[in-house]
Amino acid sequence: MEFARKKLVTIICEAGLEARIGDDVERLGAHGYTVSDARGRGARGTREAGWPASGNIRVEVICEEVVAQAIVEHLQARYFDHYAMVLHVTDVEVLRPAKF
Amino acid sequence: MTFDPVVLFFLLGILAGVARSDLKIPASIYEALSIYLLLAIGLKGGVELAKHPLGSMVLPSLAVIGLGTALPLLAFPILHKVGRLSRADAGSIAAHYGSVSVVTFALGVSYLSRLNVPHEGYATVFLALMEAPAIVVGVFLARGAEGSARWAELLREVVLGKSVFLLLSGLLVGWIAGSDGIKPMAPFFFDPFKGVLALFLLEMGLVTSARLGDLKRVGPFLLGFAITMPLVGAAAGTGLGMLLGLSLGGTTLLAILAASASYIAAPAAMRLAVPEANPALSIGASLGVTFPFNIFLGIPLYHWVAKSLGA
Repeated sequence: MEFARKKLVTIICEAGLEARIGDDVERLGAHGYTVSDARGRGARGTREAGWPASGNIRVEVICEEVVAQAIVEHLQARYFDHYAMVLHVTDVEVLRPAKF
Repeated sequence: MTFDPVVLFFLLGILAGVARSDLKIPASIYEALSIYLLLAIGLKGGVELAKHPLGSMVLPSLAVIGLGTALPLLAFPILHKVGRLSRADAGSIAAHYGSVSVVTFALGVSYLSRLNVPHEGYATVFLALMEAPAIVVGVFLARGAEGSARWAELLREVVLGKSVFLLLSGLLVGWIAGSDGIKPMAPFFFDPFKGVLALFLLEMGLVTSARLGDLKRVGPFLLGFAITMPLVGAAAGTGLGMLLGLSLGGTTLLAILAASASYIAAPAAMRLAVPEANPALSIGASLGVTFPFNIFLGIPLYHWVAKSLGA
């Protein structure tokens, strides 16, 4: 089996941002993304998945390194100041590299 | 003044939260409960609506949209000039207080029906009409002249948002079905309503308890505002209701709507449109102070005042 190296961008942020982040990452060149509900606690208090105004989501994007770079820069400039957001990038190995 | 025992569920929720009980309403149940409540309120209103000629509600509807627009314009200078809050926070809080709380309205309806006070069925239309205008005005106030708000996105979110959409679709279906057509659905949508409302209040209590910390940030000015503004809104709603010649029940409901503050639709819209506003302030005030104030004291008070004034 042939693995190809890609970047996984994981964004944990306010649930209200889902539609915007989805649009953003696709516009920046990602071919797709996965969203799941998330809960946790941090600088902005307890984030419950239940109530929309305090819900969190986790968005995962597997993409090329240049795309990952663009996503990180964009999110940092656009959302870090005013929104609850945690962002990290890891190396992943995937099958079917053309998909990403 | 009497008291509706269903509000005790809100206290139970707060108690469970404060006592760190592991009680939790799953997100999908919360979602289902809110869809049920919005649809049931809409259907009930629609059935009542079918009994009135539609022409009779045109003027009241326009007046109510005017009220929803005026309330944030009134609140903003108080918050910005007197309270010295930033434009963003003042606009956001003004939007919360101009917009409405569906649960407060539902509790008002249930309060009136316990006392056998009838009300105009189209009060539900007022509920649907009053949610959006204040949010749009609030964003305007917060943003000032700079046009960086994404208006198309905001309008879609507010006007076609879940709550307005469900209320309006319930109204439409109820209106088309009429009281005979709705009968097969009544055992599901009308009979268990109070019980579902109780569960929802339990969740509201849990949510509120998780945000009690926000109350510390609210401060004395905003605390005072969160109690005074509903009284001002209720006075405006009572006056308008009497001016429009609404019944005692209708006037009371309009007062309740004008007094209530949004804590679901407005926070979501403000978060996107005015991100620099601090949600802890607006939600702390609307959910932590105004909502309990209205459900425990406000509703009986507004009814009593409207009755004393001979509405």
